[in-house]
Amino acid sequence: VTSNQTRADIYRRMYRAFASDETIRKLIMAGTVSVIYYSGRGQEAIPAAVSTLLTDDDYITTNYRGIHDIIAKGASLGELFAEIFGRATGVNKAKGGLLHVVDPRVGVMANSAIVAGTVPIANGLALWSSMTESDAVTISYFGDGSTNIGAFHESLNMAAVWDLPVVFVCQNNGYGQYIPRMQTMRVEEIATRADSYGMPGVRVDGNDPDAMYEVAKAAVDRARAGQGPTLIEAMTYRFMGHNFGMDRMEYMPKDEYQAAVAADPVPAYRRRLIEEGALSEAEIAELEAQVEREVSEGIEFALASPYPDPTDVVSDVYAEVVPA
Amino acid sequence: MSSTKMTLLQAINTTLDYALANDPAVFIIGEDIVDPKGGGFGQTKGLSTKYGTKRIREAPISEQAIVGASIGAAMIGAKPIVEIMVADFHAVCFDQVVNHAAKMRYMSGGRTTVPIVIRGLTGGGLNFGAQHSQSVEAWMANVPGLKVAIASNPADMKGILLEAIDDPDPVIVFEPLALYNTSGAVPDGPYKVHLGTAAVAREGNDVTVVSYGAQVPVALGAAERLAAEEGTEVEVIDLRWLVPWDRETVLTSVRKTRRCVILHQAVRRSGFGAEIAATVAEECFWQLDGPVVRIAGKNTPIPTSPALEDAAVPQLPEIISTLRRVATT
Repeated sequence: VTSNQTRADIYRRMYRAFASDETIRKLIMAGTVSVIYYSGRGQEAIPAAVSTLLTDDDYITTNYRGIHDIIAKGASLGELFAEIFGRATGVNKAKGGLLHVVDPRVGVMANSAIVAGTVPIANGLALWSSMTESDAVTISYFGDGSTNIGAFHESLNMAAVWDLPVVFVCQNNGYGQYIPRMQTMRVEEIATRADSYGMPGVRVDGNDPDAMYEVAKAAVDRARAGQGPTLIEAMTYRFMGHNFGMDRMEYMPKDEYQAAVAADPVPAYRRRLIEEGALSEAEIAELEAQVEREVSEGIEFALASPYPDPTDVVSDVYAEVVPA
Repeated sequence: MSSTKMTLLQAINTTLDYALANDPAVFIIGEDIVDPKGGGFGQTKGLSTKYGTKRIREAPISEQAIVGASIGAAMIGAKPIVEIMVADFHAVCFDQVVNHAAKMRYMSGGRTTVPIVIRGLTGGGLNFGAQHSQSVEAWMANVPGLKVAIASNPADMKGILLEAIDDPDPVIVFEPLALYNTSGAVPDGPYKVHLGTAAVAREGNDVTVVSYGAQVPVALGAAERLAAEEGTEVEVIDLRWLVPWDRETVLTSVRKTRRCVILHQAVRRSGFGAEIAATVAEECFWQLDGPVVRIAGKNTPIPTSPALEDAAVPQLPEIISTLRRVATT
């Protein structure tokens, strides 16, 4: 059974991702910022539960819909928001933006707008951790659509062959861009794909933070003990469609969508923690107020930051400046 | 500096050995690289026996996973050397090379870097056909974030590899298969060919030939014939690095000879020669005595029959006649 302290930590991480997402979308709707945005709303429980098992010395890789993964891992919000808003103080000097933002200071190592693009890279982080006898574990986050591309198959096979300390976490939200998942694969359970690589595969309700924690803990412990990789299929749902503001979500059945939103994992976990006496209403309210202050300060920092100098366009292509 | 005579193939093997012995961050990842075979042509022979199969890491036939694994390891302190067996196979890992390795430094604002070397054989000449004989350097040179080098002799092979291994960015190193068995003196010790430095392989005042890789010895052969038979002195520049390339050495030579011929095995259309020709035209048009001329591969796939392959890539008679024409106009 998960301790109350861990459950509070999970909720804090969920709420940090939730509050950030809500705030960013409000700013987009108000026209305060104009940015391409892929919301992680609805999927927060997965990285929140996983991240409580990790330290800053453990690594994650993610993809364009990874802001919740990055926030749950502990990235500093001000520099993250500034990056998303294209400001000079962004953690990646505004050269990456939402689709590519990383923060190696907290182990957020790679992020890609290419589907499954960082899955092979997660293996490399795990490989060098293993070769240097560090006990670091790498988490590779990706979506259900990623499990149809070649890089995914190559990477899971390699990780199994080399017993790499990596956990593959598929956030199965049921859609690849605008297409329902079952139009693009015959297997009902993505977790069963693990069989063909010779690694354990587990399906779990990714919107149940306690269940997610138990499954993730077994996989992280296994990886840390040098026993090799695991594929976790975490069932979840995407509340804001593919790209926020550009997706009318007419391809998502209304009843399915409404049921998913009614079961929103953030308020659901809040209710559960209070009902089960893990946290009091007052304790939760205090935790949420702290997070909201952090989000507000981060937004203020980002919006007050200047845009980068256009001359900065040619730096960071190479270590040295070479003729353009 | 003392030196040892060896083939280009031996230069690859002994340089990898040197890097593995002197830097614990170096490891090799690729396909068919472990003993007893030790590489398709023995490039890595003996290394897995000497350094173990953790550092000489035999991978599944999964080029995307291979390049991706090298990227991840490089981000946290490793200096991986990837073998992509044949340059044509870059096509099956192109996403990891051009969208990930090349762009990580930029997309992260310098927070992550990818000091990997991707080496492997390139080019035609042994009748392996259209999918094992391509010269793909222009694909790579077009991608900001990659550095690209190609050797034409055993000494440069060593110098380029050692420079590339210590370079903080991803470097693609091409090894011309046609030159694997050619010999030359290779400096002992930590000899490097510095980033972006060309070599004047032969001095001359009448016409400049800019080339690289397998065509350099062909250009030198043509130059010797023209000197002996007609007294025409050809200056041969071996670029060695395509990204970044040595503009100063090329432009200085062209300003001296006032004539420029570019020679490469890769297809003419959008080949690297177009970049050199455009730069020469932009920088020293008024010092030229005639148009810049390209000698390059036909705009075809590489055919398999020897009779056809010889027709697809530049041969000595065409090179000699072109140099003669350019030198006398």
